[in-house]
Amino acid sequence: MSGECKTESKLEKILRSGQFAVTGECGPPRGADPDVVRNKCQLLKNKADAFNITDNQTSVVRMSSIASSVIMIQEGMEPVMQMVCRDRNRIAIQSDILGAAALGNKNILCLSGDHQKFGDHPQAKNVFDIDSIQLIRTVRLMRDEGKFLGGDEIKGAPKLFVGAAANPFADPFEIRVPRLAKKVAAGVEFVQTQCIFNLKKFGEWMKAVVDRGLHEKVFILGGVTPFKSFGMARYMANNVPGMDVPDELLQRMKGTAKEKQAEEGIAMAVETIKQLREMTGIAGVHIMAIEWEEKVGEIAEKAGLLPRPSV
Amino acid sequence: MVIGERKPFDEITRMLEGHKKIVVLGCGGCVTVCLTGGHDEVRVLSSQLRMARDKAGDPIEIIEKTVERQCDPEYIEEVNDIVPHIDAVLSMACGAGVQFMAERYTNTPVYPALNTTFVGGSIKEGYYVEKCQTCGECKLYYTAGICPIARCSKSLLNGPCGGSTKGACEIDPQVDCAWQLIIDRLKSLNQMDRYEDIIAVNDWRTNRDGGPRKMVREDFQR
Repeated sequence: MSGECKTESKLEKILRSGQFAVTGECGPPRGADPDVVRNKCQLLKNKADAFNITDNQTSVVRMSSIASSVIMIQEGMEPVMQMVCRDRNRIAIQSDILGAAALGNKNILCLSGDHQKFGDHPQAKNVFDIDSIQLIRTVRLMRDEGKFLGGDEIKGAPKLFVGAAANPFADPFEIRVPRLAKKVAAGVEFVQTQCIFNLKKFGEWMKAVVDRGLHEKVFILGGVTPFKSFGMARYMANNVPGMDVPDELLQRMKGTAKEKQAEEGIAMAVETIKQLREMTGIAGVHIMAIEWEEKVGEIAEKAGLLPRPSV
Repeated sequence: MVIGERKPFDEITRMLEGHKKIVVLGCGGCVTVCLTGGHDEVRVLSSQLRMARDKAGDPIEIIEKTVERQCDPEYIEEVNDIVPHIDAVLSMACGAGVQFMAERYTNTPVYPALNTTFVGGSIKEGYYVEKCQTCGECKLYYTAGICPIARCSKSLLNGPCGGSTKGACEIDPQVDCAWQLIIDRLKSLNQMDRYEDIIAVNDWRTNRDGGPRKMVREDFQR
């Protein structure tokens, strides 16, 4: 993969220099208090290279990803601003991309977005003017060709490192690699995968990715989520679409004493990271400790990923 | 065809409050086929309304009538002699029919008895599903004859989202994932290579987003 950076993104620098990257995640609050973001930032600082700021995840209204990203930048950290296609048409999307870049964002994660049915406003009209693959193309067009989708020239192109999600576990399984290939063809530069619990299935997907040479065209960060408890593991297995939690992991959590379950969940996440590091084509990990940000550092530490490189 | 569903009875009775004489007007088109707004449904709804109003001590006089199609000026002329003598029209047509009536009979309120729900068809008797969103630019060539705009909950044009599970959409296990259906069919047609073509951002001007649409056959305009 080219070692030449297209942006000022620290995440891009780390990945292009061949170092194993670590990203984390920070969910914005359901209110206007910036200190909630700042406090989460303090828990996460230096524990990973960059941190996703989610964009109204699960369609629940929260502080905007752009605003939360800017607060994180003020804290001296690097956000990966998520952007979903659910809530904005192409006019708003391009406008927000310009604004986000102007405010210092260096990374964008292009997502379709969860359906609003799952959120707190199921009555809302969704947009989906463009989809995630078209969004990837849009950002690359804006950055590399300095053009809007409408064809006009941009004065001051937004320099964003372009990411997306990849779900190796959703159906139909046979198009999960072709779908990544489409994202690569659209211009994605890094992907973060859905939480990996089924390492066997992930290995199958990864092998097919490597067979097609896609790992040489896109940086792949494996998604890792620690279970806080057996209840959470069961919830993720049964209630979260596109999630594959093998029964043996559920049994392992179930068989652990309640007060030891959090520790066990972290141990499992660390084991997953160690196995991912052994796999060909894995450029990093994306640690999603959902509403458990204080554990990102512990997981990274135990997995031997700290201290993070300075670039 | 256009599918409609009857509004809740309470909503209909609220619309008719204060009216003493109405016509319940059925339509012989799509809503007859989908068993919600034809001759038989006019009879049933009219009886229910009469009974409810009698019970409330506020009787209502109802004329029952069904025309061939309410979305056609020629057929709605058939009620020209009725409308001047009533307080309101309760139309059992789709939203198009209601509006044809409203625009033709300017001095009489016209109320909808149905919610117009979608363009689709019946997969068995009394079971209707959405198939088309009338986007105005048919893409079925690219998607193996199954429409992702109408049938994917996110109208995704380039493949399934991460929520596709065992053939079902993430919003409801009873809803098929349109992209699973597309992939299955592309496979059976030996056209899987088409999946990797990136469909560019859509031009929604042909959709409702471009404003109200019309289709004019110039050769009929003389």
